[in-house]
Amino acid sequence: MSPAQSARSPAVPRRRLGARHWAGLLFVVPSLIFVAVFFLVPLLMTVWMSLHNWPLLGKYSFVGLENYQNLLSDDTFWSSLGFTTKYTLLVTPMIFVVAYALALLVNRAARWVGIFRTIYFLPVVIGLGTSSLLWVWLFNDQVGILQTVLYRLSLVSEPAMGSSGTALAAVLVSVVWKTVGFTMILLLVGMQAIPDELYEAAKIDGASPWQSQRFITVPLLRRTFALALILSVIGSYLAFDQFYIMTGGGPNNSTITVVYWIYRASFTYFKLGYGSALSLILMLILTAISIVQLLVLREERR
Amino acid sequence: MQTLPAPKRRPGQARTALYYATCSLLALLFLFPIGWSFFTSIKPPAEANAAPPNLWPSGLSLENYLRLAGIGGGIWHYVGNSLTVALITVAGIVFLSTLAGYGFSRFYFPGKNVLFVVILVTLMIPFQSILTPLFLVLKTLSLQNTLLGLALVYITFQLPFSVFMMRNSFDSVPRELEEAALIDGCNAFSLLTRVMLPVVMPGIVTVALFAFFASWNEFLAALIFMTDQDKFTLPIMLLNAQSGYLGTINWGLMQAGITVSILPCAILFLLLQRYYISGLIAGSVKA
Repeated sequence: MSPAQSARSPAVPRRRLGARHWAGLLFVVPSLIFVAVFFLVPLLMTVWMSLHNWPLLGKYSFVGLENYQNLLSDDTFWSSLGFTTKYTLLVTPMIFVVAYALALLVNRAARWVGIFRTIYFLPVVIGLGTSSLLWVWLFNDQVGILQTVLYRLSLVSEPAMGSSGTALAAVLVSVVWKTVGFTMILLLVGMQAIPDELYEAAKIDGASPWQSQRFITVPLLRRTFALALILSVIGSYLAFDQFYIMTGGGPNNSTITVVYWIYRASFTYFKLGYGSALSLILMLILTAISIVQLLVLREERR
Repeated sequence: MQTLPAPKRRPGQARTALYYATCSLLALLFLFPIGWSFFTSIKPPAEANAAPPNLWPSGLSLENYLRLAGIGGGIWHYVGNSLTVALITVAGIVFLSTLAGYGFSRFYFPGKNVLFVVILVTLMIPFQSILTPLFLVLKTLSLQNTLLGLALVYITFQLPFSVFMMRNSFDSVPRELEEAALIDGCNAFSLLTRVMLPVVMPGIVTVALFAFFASWNEFLAALIFMTDQDKFTLPIMLLNAQSGYLGTINWGLMQAGITVSILPCAILFLLLQRYYISGLIAGSVKA
């Protein structure tokens, strides 16, 4: 028997595999039921509900596109969208720069380097809720160690969580701490896939370490950059926990994100129809972002 | 080595020292928040509440941990809630994704590719954007405000990653193994449980680990679906304690609670790091 033939199934098991084709569906159906009930149904309901005035209790009534009209004149929605965008534009480069520096630092075969990688990654496995509770305590006006240090060094004269600029800064620091390890690992995996020969050849040609970075690492990591960017941008547009816990949307509603506003519309004011309309808009925004980024990725691949 | 005079040190030595100094300093920065929280949790309660915080407590004490039983009717109740939800989620994910991964990897039924995409598409739409109708779905099924309902939601949103992961695990099992078993007279089910499962174990550990983290750490869905204090998960309970809804905030107690919430994740990660990182890479390469 030639190798090619032996790799194929012998006649008997082949036929038996054939008889089991439909059985495959049975293995898949339980998962599909979950996806249908807890994902597809709510997804379709979002569209349906967004066309209704839908209180938590009592009867709902059809209102057409009224929710969408209200949305256009809803100042809090627009400011939440603006704030979420601002947050995304700030946190993404911050994570990126720190993660890149960390990845360069731990991308070598030195002793103990595995331990350092583990430590920098550790905050990633902590819940965002828990980490936010931890950080809001560190910045607490009375008992927080970081706030105390900031006062002692005269870097701030007011509580960090008291004004929107410093509150946002506190959230940014906490989120970078919590998530930078994830991007670091992505970049590290990308860097390790680059063959050493390229760097050796560059060295022989007299390239400085900086030039090696600029002309080898950065171009070859393009795909990894794009991936890290997509994940970070989408994750940031969905921000909720850190603001709900650390700032409560304050001061003066200045740190309300889109998801936070959906949460309030649906579960504080019980306007479920309006919440659904907001959700649908968020979905469209995120889909648009993913499509644009995927198209850019595809360009790169050519 | 003693005979070497000092100026003869290798030139790289200073750089190496600088390298380790930088790495260590960063490590301290990264560990500081968790370390400070833990340190505060083992201060005597009165000193944990000190404003401004003190660096040198008069002694160490486990008092905060003992008092945890007093938070809102006992913190262990909420740890139990979180653990219950996490275990149902893990069991459900392992069961469903193993079956589906096997089905998608080894069978050729009509519509297979479409159905696979249907499951993966769940990843494209973030769960945050369908929570409002999901609340109604759970209410209709009498699952709102139940630990089971919350677990079912977590299972659904962990499914795409887990099914993808398990399908790849099954794909990498050589067909010869299966064929040999078939010739020996195995049926489809015993083929899966006796022959395939041991081989795809690393994949199962990975999806179980991710399911545990996702469930144990999740905040927003738990906040929305669990309206009864009795049903709160640990993060929601800790938030309530920190917001002062349960009376004066006791910071030592809070840090003990935060430590309890961090500990299972940290331990599981340190023990099963290899599986976690492999899942992370597999999961993000697909995106």
